[in-house]
Formats: sequence, structure tokens, C-alpha cells
Amino acid sequence: MSPPDSPASDEALLEVKDLVVDYRTRHEIIRAVSGVSFSISRGETLGLVGESGCGKSTTGRSVTLVQRPTSGSVVFAGTELTTLAPSRLRQERTKMQMVFQDPISSLNPRRRILDIVAEPLNIWQIGSPEDRLEKAAQMLEAVGMDPGESGHRRPQEFSGGQCQRISIARALILRPLLLVCDEPVSALDVSVQAQILNLLHDLKHEYSLTMLFIAHDLAVVKNASDRVAVMYLGRICEVAPSELLYEEPQHPYSAALLASIPDPDPRSLRDGAPLTGDLPSPADPPSGCRFRTRCPHAQPLCEQVEPPLEEIAPGHLVACHFPEATRHA
Amino acid sequence: MRRADPLRFAPVEDMADPLLSVEDLRTHFRTPAGVLRAVDGVSFSLDRGKTLGIVGESGSGKTVLSRSVMGLLSQSSVDRSGRVLFAGHDLTAMGPRELRQVWGTQVSMIFQDPMTALNPVVRIGRQITESLRIRAGLDRAAARQTAVALLASVGIPSPERRLRSYPHELSGGMRQRVMIAIALSCGPKLVLADEPTTGLDVTIQAQILDLLSSEQRERSMAMVLVTHDLGVVAGRTDHIAVMYAGRIVESAPTAVVFRDTKMPYTEALIRSIPKLAAPSHTRLLAIEGRPPSLLDPPEGCAFAPRCPYADDRCHREAPPLREASPGHLYACWNPVGTPAAARAFEANRQAGLPAAVAYARSGVAP
Repeated sequence: MSPPDSPASDEALLEVKDLVVDYRTRHEIIRAVSGVSFSISRGETLGLVGESGCGKSTTGRSVTLVQRPTSGSVVFAGTELTTLAPSRLRQERTKMQMVFQDPISSLNPRRRILDIVAEPLNIWQIGSPEDRLEKAAQMLEAVGMDPGESGHRRPQEFSGGQCQRISIARALILRPLLLVCDEPVSALDVSVQAQILNLLHDLKHEYSLTMLFIAHDLAVVKNASDRVAVMYLGRICEVAPSELLYEEPQHPYSAALLASIPDPDPRSLRDGAPLTGDLPSPADPPSGCRFRTRCPHAQPLCEQVEPPLEEIAPGHLVACHFPEATRHA
Repeated sequence: MRRADPLRFAPVEDMADPLLSVEDLRTHFRTPAGVLRAVDGVSFSLDRGKTLGIVGESGSGKTVLSRSVMGLLSQSSVDRSGRVLFAGHDLTAMGPRELRQVWGTQVSMIFQDPMTALNPVVRIGRQITESLRIRAGLDRAAARQTAVALLASVGIPSPERRLRSYPHELSGGMRQRVMIAIALSCGPKLVLADEPTTGLDVTIQAQILDLLSSEQRERSMAMVLVTHDLGVVAGRTDHIAVMYAGRIVESAPTAVVFRDTKMPYTEALIRSIPKLAAPSHTRLLAIEGRPPSLLDPPEGCAFAPRCPYADDRCHREAPPLREASPGHLYACWNPVGTPAAARAFEANRQAGLPAAVAYARSGVAP
């Protein structure tokens, strides 16, 4: 058994390369994800942070091929998903499940929660109908719900936090290898948010899950993740082990994000000025480095050449011509 | 007491008195399911130029409180009692005509969702100049000029052009800046900001909060900042009031709330938030259960069913607000860090009470 907080093995469960996702509207093509590459080892949690519109949700949806990527490759457990026949893809997808932001609207309001949780088993005709309900009841128990008392009720009778527990139970009933959580706690009150984060942490170990954890809240992402990738306007600008990223952010955008957080902890140190301006439109991104229009350290070079994502220390990748470390040197 | 002038609101200027003083305010809604006690006996006061943070989770009554203070709730199904003294005038005794003299010029409000608070089919320019012309009595040209200056001061680029925009043409952050410009347009002495940054990205949130603080300083306005996010109020308020189930359960100067927490609910709120300074995978302190229904609140302390330090008395008898030190009030029989709390915790843990067990698992001991 590996120790509880570093269960990641070196073998990659998910490998994403040069992922591009375009959305076509009547007037323009919006490149929501513009060449994103990352991998997640078995047992690891990768956090994906960024502001709204940066493409983090689209990335999560493309990884499970809910949204077909325009180009790029997604290799899951050794299988290339983008070229797979639809029937094979459906089969592969049972091993990768999603938990969404809005727990109430992601559950069918007309169905009993026991049936909602058992639905994946029904679709795949796993076990007898009695077995399925039995398994669903066990799953509800595992996420902290009382199946006897609540199994026959419908989603609207539950709070947001309880609905999120039900979504998690539904996602886990097929025993997936990968769980993609897209803003799983951002719609919840703080006290309930802590319950769900703790629950995800426990379940990750109980079911040996690998996770892609997408959120805009940096403190939440740090709490949940082993490694964190920061996205800006469809690209990854920095990837690092979470402790390192938060202590020594190298990309000016990561530094600015960290500086913007209102932290209730009086001990935490804050430096760096918060950003000015809004996110540029992904339909017409700035030339060169996408962040240069809001970057306090932008130079002429940044306008001309887009910085590649390069490893500056083991496991620490940055896409910046002038990362923090070189500027202070 | 003097009545408000029907045409021009003349504050009774006594600088020693607080600007806003809310006394035992109750706001109950009559619903088919019974009486919902959204605000149930809230008192606080706010001095000129100061900032009060009101913190609570959804359903704690914080939004109803701010609307009740403003007098924005419809009369038909709402029972309101208590007093709201603003600059010596009782706002609860005023009729709609008198209140209109107060809104905008004396007290104004910034709402959470700028998309629904702004009129979607009216250009930004008219939404700002409207109050300037009606309340401040400016003519068209002067109002336009003031509007341009206001938009520039809240950091909107090319303000002349923006006057012709519709709300949907602006980003969320820009819309909230427009809301702030409207709220500040007639130079109020008090601004009530209800979740002004919820739903905005962190970088934009920081910009908006900085803007509010600088405008507040420049205009020496008082502000009530209503939010669910302790992080938002921590660095930007003088005083914090924590609300739970329609009541204030702890109220103290901001630093004291964090340093000398008395009420277990406040402690739980502070400790349930993931901290940037904490290592990854730190187990969070989760408050078990949910806030009580305001239709049928529990008999004793409203937090008792979720509290790890609760004993029999807490379930029986609601604790009154007591003073811990000057300016620090709390409502609790077994405050954090007392021997009584430790005894109750030990008993609850042994009895297997979920709240106490969760605390013990998170490594928290009183």
C-alpha cells in the first residue's frame, strides 16, 4: 500500500496531447481550447484552475469526449479515444465519469434517487434488478446518505450538498478509474463545501480514483490536488506540484491569481498586484503570449513570440519568456 | 423626533450618534406554510465612514436584513418591527414618498446580480443619468457630464462610448462597475452592498472590492458589506457580524472575530474554508447537517443541532447576546475554548454525536 497522500504511480492513466476544441458560431470560430497537453498518473489528482472562459470546463468535457475535440489526442489507459468507434468509446467511457457544478439540475427531478444512482447499472445491464438497487443503496451509504430514508425521495427534496453526494454516488457506481469533477463545490455553501471536499478525498482512496479537479477557487484546488495546471485563454500557462505552485508561482498570471484571492487567514502573505482589465475574447486572442495584454512584466518579445510550455525544474512547467525566477535573478 | 422633510431629506446631524442604528429589527414573511422568521431581532449600529461586514450562509437572513433596512420589501406579506435609525430618522416610520428622498441620495444599494438589477433594454447612460436628474436635479448636459466622470472613476474605459451600450454588451465585472457608479451617483452617506462580487472571477472580484474601498475612502461613506465569504470581509471591514438563522450570533471588530472567536458557528465557518497557507489534502473541518428551517426554528440555540459543544441547556434555551469585551458580542452558552465547551465536546464525542465525531476526525479539540 502506498501512503495515503502520495499514491500516484508514474504510469499515466490519462495523456492529453495538443488538444484543440473549436466552437463554431454563425459569425466566428471560437477556439476554446488551443493546444493543451497534460498527463495524469494513476492515483493522482490534477487540479485545473482559471477564470471563467479560459477553457477549463471544455477541457474536462473533451477528456471524456463528451465534447469531441477538433484535433489532438486523448489516450486513456493505453487506448486512443479520439479515433475509437462509437460503441467502443461508450464502453471506455464507463471507466471515466463526471461530476458537475450544479448538483440539482444534473439530476433528473422526476426520478427517485435510488433509481438515479442505479441508472448506469441498468444501462449496462449489470446484475439483476435487485442487485442493482442493492448496489445503489450501498453507494448512497458510501457517500453519507441513508438509503432507507432517502432512496425513494426525489432530487428536489434534497439540499445542494446532498444532491452533490447523489451525483458522486451515480458517478462511482460503475467503479470508474477516472473522475472528472467540474466545479463540484462552487455552488455550495462553505460549510457544505468542506463536507464534499472531505468526502471526495475519502472516496478517492477508497476507490483508488484518479481525478481531474476543475475549479476557479485556488484554495479549493490546492486542498484537493497533487498537481495543479493553470489555464489562461485556452492554454496552460503553468503546471507544478501544488505546494510549489502556491509558494513559488513562476507565471505572472499564476502570481496575479494568487494575489487576488481574499484569504481569511491572517498568516498568509500576499504580494503582487491584482490584475487589471478583463479577459480578452478567445475568438481573437492577443498575438504572441496571450497574457501579455494584462501582464505587468510584458516586453516587446511577448507580443511577437508565443512562449512554449517548458520545464524549468523537475515537474514544473511554465509558458513565459520572463518567469518570476529569472526576473529576480 | 423630527420628521423627514417631504421634499428634501434633512439629516439630523449629530456626529456623535452612529449613522445607522438598527434596533431589534424583525422581518417575518407570511407564507402558506407558516411564518418564516427571516430576520428575528437584529440590532447593530454603524458609524460614519466605517464598514460593517455581515456574514452568513444562504438562508441566514442576511439579504432580507439588508433589504429590510432599506425598506425595499413589499408591505403585503411582510411583518416588520423594530427601528432603523438613519442619521436620526426612523426609516421604518417613513412612507414610500419619504423613502424615495432617502434612497440614492442618502442610502443606496449594490445588488448581487448586475444583469438582473440593470434594465436590459435601457442604455447604460440613461440608467445612470436617471437618478442624477431626478434626485440631484441636474439638467441633461450636466447629468451626462457627471455620468461620464462617474464611469471613468469606476474604471470603465472610454466612458463616453459606454454610455450608449446596453448591459448585455458589458462583461460581468463591467456591469458591476456600472452598478457601483449608479449607487454612488448621488453621493450617498451609506452604501449597502449585497454580495457585490459573488459570481465574478477572483481577479475581477479583487478589482471590484478595491474599487469599493477607494470610493468609500474618498467619499467617506459608510458601507455594509453582506457576503457569505469570510475572506471578502476579513481584509476590508472594521467590524463583522455573523448571522445564523435570522439572528446575529457574534459581532466584533474584524481582528477580534478571527483572534478571539467565541461562537462555535463562527469558529466552524473560519475553519471550514480551505486555506491557501495549508498544505494540500488538509482535512477540512466540516459542519455536519444544515441550517434549520426558519419556518420552525429549534427551541434553544439555532446552531445547537450542528454544534459539537452543545449540551442540554443549548437545546432548551436560546442564549442571549452577551459581551465578551467592549464591542464584542456573542450568543452562546458554551463559548469556544471554555471548560464548559470542552466538557460538552467530550460527552458528545463519547455519545457519537456526528458534529463532535467530525471535529475529532479533523483533529480539532476545544
